[in-house]
Amino acid sequence: MQPIHLAWVDYAILLAYTAFVIGIGWTLRRFLKTSADYLTSGRSIPAWVTGLAFMAANLGALELVGMAANGAQYGIATAHFYWVGAIPAMIFLAVFMMPFYYGSKARSVPEYLNMRFDYRTRCLNSITFAVMTVFSSGISMDALARLLNLLLGWDYNFALLVTSAVVLVYVLKGGLTSAIYTEVLQFFMIVLGFAPVVWLGMKDIGGWHVLKENLQTVASNNGYAPDAWSSAWKPILAGASSNPMGVGVFPMVFGLGFVLSFGYWCTNFLVVQRAMAAKDMSAARRTPLIAAVPKMLFPALVILPGMIAVALAIMPTKSYRLPSVSIPDSAWAAVMADIQSATPATAETAFAKIQQDVHLHFDKAKIADLIRANTASPLPQDTLKARLQDAVTDTYYNGVILSLVTRYCPSGLLGLALTALLASFMSGMAGNVTAFNTIWTYDLYQAYIAKDKSDRHYFIVGQATTVVGIILSIFCAYFASHYSNAMNIVQLVFGFVNAPLFATFLLGMFWARTTATGAFLGLLGGTLTSAVFHALTLASGDLPGIKGGYWWSLTGHAVPPLCQMPSEMAQNFWLASFAFTVCFLLTIGISLVTRQTKTNEELKGLVYSLTPKIKDHEQHFLLRPAVLGVILLIACAILNILFW
Amino acid sequence: MGLDIRWPIGLMFSLIGALLIIEGAVAGGATSVTGLPLGANVNLLWGILLLIFGVLMLLGALRASHKKPEGGEGNNRSHAPAGGA
Repeated sequence: MQPIHLAWVDYAILLAYTAFVIGIGWTLRRFLKTSADYLTSGRSIPAWVTGLAFMAANLGALELVGMAANGAQYGIATAHFYWVGAIPAMIFLAVFMMPFYYGSKARSVPEYLNMRFDYRTRCLNSITFAVMTVFSSGISMDALARLLNLLLGWDYNFALLVTSAVVLVYVLKGGLTSAIYTEVLQFFMIVLGFAPVVWLGMKDIGGWHVLKENLQTVASNNGYAPDAWSSAWKPILAGASSNPMGVGVFPMVFGLGFVLSFGYWCTNFLVVQRAMAAKDMSAARRTPLIAAVPKMLFPALVILPGMIAVALAIMPTKSYRLPSVSIPDSAWAAVMADIQSATPATAETAFAKIQQDVHLHFDKAKIADLIRANTASPLPQDTLKARLQDAVTDTYYNGVILSLVTRYCPSGLLGLALTALLASFMSGMAGNVTAFNTIWTYDLYQAYIAKDKSDRHYFIVGQATTVVGIILSIFCAYFASHYSNAMNIVQLVFGFVNAPLFATFLLGMFWARTTATGAFLGLLGGTLTSAVFHALTLASGDLPGIKGGYWWSLTGHAVPPLCQMPSEMAQNFWLASFAFTVCFLLTIGISLVTRQTKTNEELKGLVYSLTPKIKDHEQHFLLRPAVLGVILLIACAILNILFW
Repeated sequence: MGLDIRWPIGLMFSLIGALLIIEGAVAGGATSVTGLPLGANVNLLWGILLLIFGVLMLLGALRASHKKPEGGEGNNRSHAPAGGA
């Protein structure tokens, strides 16, 4: 990736954004009087703001970069992460679950668990969530610092500390409200910053039909049916081997569409917190519904660029190449030595050795040319390096969105797009820190460490936790940048914990007979199932180890066919399906043989059968959550049919 | 909560829109940083769009602040709607 040269206007836009987010935090500080104001926004925010924040909190920069990457690798099927993988869950949350979250007056998701079950599930959830938020925040910041280092040549430490400082200032001063307001700002930045890139890209390609034609060529070149990149459902329905994702319809619909999707959108406090900050019950219920509208349309903004990129790459008149993986710093010495010692006679072996030294694929013809040119007259170091890098054929998909930004943006729009990217990284940190704050202060500190202090005390603790949270995030960022394998393990464990979670909430909210013991043991059992499933299965092309399947290599066997997964995504979706099912069944079974420790009176407002139904009759028909929900589902179905 | 979010959104996008218009007018915006001809001064066009968006936001905030007198900043905060319904 070439460093980008920024003009004055680009820096001006960046500065303007930074000044405004700090300004928002600063302005809000005088409105914050209680810990509730600081940590939960005192339930005062209108639905359209919480709705956009709900969506933006989820929209980290890793997603912006990753979705374009997925769009390039998998085509329009990536939209399933937005359509089947989000919309139904968001609607379910709004119509059925918000009444319990908001009505119970719980200040957090773990607090709801405490009310419904007992301290065991609450502790498990709050501790795992607290740790997860700090790590997620760190990952965001590490990715941002590395990006700034790569693109603008900033020192990694400088970039990390400066961006963390900006986030610290506006969250410290303005609390959750500050985070929510800046998330809304970030939402508009992303839409208005990336829309020009998509518009110019579609203009460049020549429209949807030309795009589709070229995607058919891409699909055929990769050995799939022509519609594999431009059709969302047909390649999935045709089975795991017929689509580049390697996923069949059951794991897609049940694993992603139900377990993972509902598990995230309905229980993750990072997003639910935004809905809980709404000014009243009806605003809280409308929050996820309002968020669902941009969510449905976002594939056009984030996935389409990836599809445009792969199509451009095969159109010879466009002179566009997909970005290639950079040769790592540590490999340069070996590669340079290989090239210098090669002659046209030894080109074959030199080529093989180069590929082996770097673990990347190269273009044989280009390497042969380079060897010939270098032997004829020694080339300068820089030219050798550039030509070697140019010969790499492995695609760096995460670089796709930036390569399109630089392809289409003049200085000015460039600053806007980069600021949008920056904004989403920073709000990834802010969102996680504010969620961490609330969980720590209310669910861990107030619940177990210092119970009956004054509200002023908790306000100060909340502010102190902001600082601590940011410092911990910085440590996690350094950890992520130096120990990427350890980081992968950490994220793996979080995946194990999240997979069964929705079963616990589903049974808790809709079956009064669920007991605290049943919930706790069911959750543990589900988490264990995740770990066991992972140990037993392996995606094709992976080696046993952190990717799974290590049980077999430890016991000296090959991975049996039943345990072989077509892809990592399939493995993930199946893992979720099994973990959910085990948690679900275990929770029911154990609940039936243990005593219910809460009375019906205590459970009122927490369980569906024991809560008076909310009457929506006073609201205008079209504003009722159930009606809006149905309209959104129909709209989502139409989108799915359009891109069938 | 005390601050109508449309103010900062409106101000920021008006400012950015103005910056893009200036850049478009002075330095042009019809070629990308990698040299691709774009067929139009996109800085100018998008700058105008952002400015319009920003101004609309500001008008919304202005209307809301005239409709309800900004009273009781310290009182009844949890009941007063903020940011415009």
